[in-house]
Amino acid sequence: MNGNDERRAEVRSYLVGYAGAIVMTGVAFAIVQWPIASPKLTFAAVLTLAFTQIVLQFRCFLHISLRRSARDDLQLILFSTLVVALMVGGTLVILLNLRERMM
Amino acid sequence: MTDPVWPMLLGRFTWDSLPFVRAWHNPTTNELIAAAAGGIVVVSGIAVLVLITVLRRWRWLWTEWLTSLDHKKIGILYIVIALVMLARALVEANLMRLQQAVAVGNPGFVAPEHFAELFSTHGSIMIFFMAMPFLTGLINYLVPLQIGARDVAFPVLNAISLWLTAAGAALMMASLVIGRFSTGGWSGYPPFTEIGFNPGVGPDYWIWAVTLGSLASTMTGINIAVTIYKMRCPGMKLMRMPLFTWTSLCTAILMIFAMPPLTVATALLALDRYLGFHFFTNALGGNMMHYANLFWMFGHPEVYIVILPAFGIYSEVVSTFSSKELYGYKSLVIATMAIAVLSFTVWLHHFFTMGQSASINAAFGIATMAIGVPTGVKIYNWIWTMFRGEVRFTTPMIYALAFMMTFVLGGLTGIILAFPPLDYIVHNTLFLVAHFHNMLIPGTLYGLLAAYTFWFPKVFGYRLDERWGRISCLCWIVGFYLAFMPLYVLGASGMARRTQAVMETAYRPWLYMAEAGALILLCAFAALIVQLWVSIRRRGANDVFVGDPWDGRALEWSVSAPPPEFNFARLPHVDQAHWFYDAKRKYAPYAPPIAYHDIWMLRNSAVAPVIGIASGAATFGLVWHMWWLAIFGLIVIFAAVVARSFVRDTHRVIPASEVARIDESWREATARAQPVPREIETSPANQGLALVRS
Ligand code: HEM
Ligand SMILES: [Cu+2]
Repeated sequence: MNGNDERRAEVRSYLVGYAGAIVMTGVAFAIVQWPIASPKLTFAAVLTLAFTQIVLQFRCFLHISLRRSARDDLQLILFSTLVVALMVGGTLVILLNLRERMM
Repeated sequence: MTDPVWPMLLGRFTWDSLPFVRAWHNPTTNELIAAAAGGIVVVSGIAVLVLITVLRRWRWLWTEWLTSLDHKKIGILYIVIALVMLARALVEANLMRLQQAVAVGNPGFVAPEHFAELFSTHGSIMIFFMAMPFLTGLINYLVPLQIGARDVAFPVLNAISLWLTAAGAALMMASLVIGRFSTGGWSGYPPFTEIGFNPGVGPDYWIWAVTLGSLASTMTGINIAVTIYKMRCPGMKLMRMPLFTWTSLCTAILMIFAMPPLTVATALLALDRYLGFHFFTNALGGNMMHYANLFWMFGHPEVYIVILPAFGIYSEVVSTFSSKELYGYKSLVIATMAIAVLSFTVWLHHFFTMGQSASINAAFGIATMAIGVPTGVKIYNWIWTMFRGEVRFTTPMIYALAFMMTFVLGGLTGIILAFPPLDYIVHNTLFLVAHFHNMLIPGTLYGLLAAYTFWFPKVFGYRLDERWGRISCLCWIVGFYLAFMPLYVLGASGMARRTQAVMETAYRPWLYMAEAGALILLCAFAALIVQLWVSIRRRGANDVFVGDPWDGRALEWSVSAPPPEFNFARLPHVDQAHWFYDAKRKYAPYAPPIAYHDIWMLRNSAVAPVIGIASGAATFGLVWHMWWLAIFGLIVIFAAVVARSFVRDTHRVIPASEVARIDESWREATARAQPVPREIETSPANQGLALVRS
């Protein structure tokens, strides 16, 4: 691959990411504005769309992949996710428990 | 005396805010102590300014130190801050000990409010302005050298972190001269620190000093992690990094995730106090448990932030002074990472008694005990490293040995505290105070002092006096046991922590013992100063310009002492762990490079000092409600950042000829030096060239 091809591939990746992000955000707003399913299902769909969009943005904008060269970055993201999950999850457990015992 | 003097300009400042005025009107011992402390700050501040002026060193100070972006100089400045703050916090600790020893059955000489200020400043300083700057300074200095880099990833950010820390420390010092400090302890729990109970400036001083420190540490964490990930020299794979770099990496990651909860907690508390929010108040929907939760989400990882670098230091020290490879390098790395992750799973043990159900307490209690496992692994690793090694009892090694024994004791009492039912009995007593000092003094302070002794010759080019080093080390050890073992007894017999006066006369002998220990600890610090003085006087005889006084292993020992500004004339290529140690045995490690190249280094920048001074002024303005000063400071910070972004000419070149001149003069010195065998490495024969017997 020469420099030109590389550039083009990069631009394509950004465009794909951009389009994908717009579509997913639009769909999420749309199914809330014009409900086609039960609220629970809609909520699940919005969450799924959000999560997919996170992955898409990592892939297209931050160039995180399973390739060896990006392995360090991927590990850091997974580690961050773990720690944030621990902190948020732990907080919810503790504070909901306290609330239950106060009520 | 209690009316604001000039509210437009000076906010809520009254003449009574000055300890000197208070002492004039009410000359009790208590007020005189406060006035003396303020006086010491003012007089020594003025003395420093006069000294610099008389010696005509302003320009030198500004260009060589204050505006420098060199990671080595920034590291040294961090440690200078830490040592100054250590001196203050130690004196405060002695005052508290003296007060408690005197105040058995009588009120003593320190008033309750003042005593509360003492433990609040002592705790906050020791954690945020002694341990943190000290270890940040060491990491700053050593990590780029150990991974074969010329600087950290973001040098300007690095300088800004330093200056924010300095601003926080300055705020702590200002609280001695103007106004009073918080009485809410180092953890600053609301609702006690809310405006309803504490309308004065004290909690605001605490909030802003800690906020500045936490912001600085977050940025340092990012900087160090990126440096280690992205700036390693060719061949320096992760699993070839020295252990100190590994623990620095884990510390940096902990900082990135643990400091933000603290910043959020103090920021929300500030919103409560300044803008009438109700996050943590008793009424109107506030809930202080959110604060406890956020604070300890930071607080527990914090204890590992201050201890992991020490683990790295001990690893380097033990392996160097045993002339052996570290036993179980891989298991040490894994244990470090395990500790880093586990440290985010236990924070609730700091508030076992604050209302959760028994099963949640049990879960966090078990997780807490689990951390003992990787820590235990490390102790065995160090013991096996010494086994059949050529062990030399130099000062850093004595610290390491004292650490291993003392730290295990502290760990055992930690396991006791990890049982929620036992914690219910001894929490909030001196038992807890004894426990955490038993971790922090051997775990952090001894480690930092071992590092200071071990790397001093690398940083300044001459060794520290060994005799005074040992005297100081001995005092730190004896003093620690005398000062803190009695506290276990006192705590188990029910003496509450943060107590200003004691009614139970049976406590008296133990309090006397603790007071004696505290005095010995003060002597230990004095011995450290004497050691520095003596070593500076005899620096000619202890010169180690060649740079490898201890037969070191990692890359920092492969350059001159002090290292040149660019660290490495040619960036090293390594093909194994302890590359330098093996190179000394197999090839010619001091052979000159084939060619020299121009090296690009960063120009000085005034942006960091400007931001530091402006943020110090802005937060001081916030404390005193001098809104004009706060707004002015913020504008200056913003303007400084914008102005910096327009600076295009950020680098200067060191021509290849200059690099060659510096490098060759060092290589000539290595050729002239006499190699020294390990047996006499602490004698003046040591010129920094190790005699290798393969
Ligand atoms: C080296 C000599 C030291 C002495 C003699 C000493 C003494 C004391 C004393 C007397 C207290 C108050 C105990 C009470 O509540 O009744 C205290 C509290 C504390 N110390 Fe130290 N200390 C020393 C070193 C350290 C170090 C190295 C650290 C941390 C790196 C540290 C951190 C703390 C903290 C966090 C508190 C709790 C403050 C609070 O109650 O909010 N101390 N210390
Ligand atoms: Cu903890």
